Amino acid sequence: MKVGVVVFPGSNCDRDMYHVLKDVFKLDTEYYWHEKSLPKNIDAIVLPGGFSYGDRLRAGVIAAHSPIIKDVQKMAKKGIPILGVCNGFQILVESGLLPGVLLKNESLNFMCEWTNLVVENNNTPFSNQFEIGQKIPIPIANGEGRYYVDDDTLKKLKKKNQIVFRYDEVVNGSSHRIAGVCNEDGNVVGMMPHPERAVESEINPIDNKPSTLIFESLLAKMGVSN
Amino acid sequence: MATFEVHVTIENKPGISDPEGETILNDLVLKGTHKTVSKIKTAKMLKFTIQEKDQKTAQSKIQEICDELRIYNPMVSKVSFDILKI
Repeated sequence: MKVGVVVFPGSNCDRDMYHVLKDVFKLDTEYYWHEKSLPKNIDAIVLPGGFSYGDRLRAGVIAAHSPIIKDVQKMAKKGIPILGVCNGFQILVESGLLPGVLLKNESLNFMCEWTNLVVENNNTPFSNQFEIGQKIPIPIANGEGRYYVDDDTLKKLKKKNQIVFRYDEVVNGSSHRIAGVCNEDGNVVGMMPHPERAVESEINPIDNKPSTLIFESLLAKMGVSN
Repeated sequence: MATFEVHVTIENKPGISDPEGETILNDLVLKGTHKTVSKIKTAKMLKFTIQEKDQKTAQSKIQEICDELRIYNPMVSKVSFDILKI
């Protein structure tokens, strides 16, 4: 199983993500520079966190016009699992692959802290190993992490089961405390918190097991045993 | 062809909170002696310089660029244009 980590100018969680995929979950992982195209035989794609193009204009919007995004959009249509974390989530939203938008946090602060997520949808390639309502201790690190959708879109998200993760309590002013969503087909998932910073017990002071299930879900989806 | 400067102002739509504007109002302006101010909204402005045959074409071209490249996010932001010949 081959996983691609897309690298944009300003990505800074790409190596953490690569390490987790390759060294922790033993996946065949490769970096793909945003100006290149993706190979046809890729099985999953991750858009990592960071500050692509220095968040200029708006977080994720310039990277959303990168050549590789056309390939990501094609693969999204084919049903290939795609995960966007933090800036990767912002890029997925700005490229139209996920609904909503990420605004500056209500506090206007860059927030770097541990939060608790609650699983709302366990039917995606990144959440199928969870129980509904299961909690995930996981760090956030963002300035523009306040997920916003209007009321009509929120109703649609609920109806189509597109809310994947919610914060356990109010964190940054996100609509409906949403921390992660998926597309209608469920194969494209975006989340603001950083699972790649939470899966190893050495750097997770609370409980690393729940975060590992995000990646175990991908393995289960692909029929790979770890 | 003439040269125009088009100022594109991007601001939050009504109903989308603007915590920076609220902070400037409540914690700076209203804490002074300027009690007649009732609202402050922050915005981002981009100044485009463009060569086109006339003002109307210049503005519609800039509007097209803003829409096509998502210079503003239509879900939460609105844009307004001010144009001057230079």
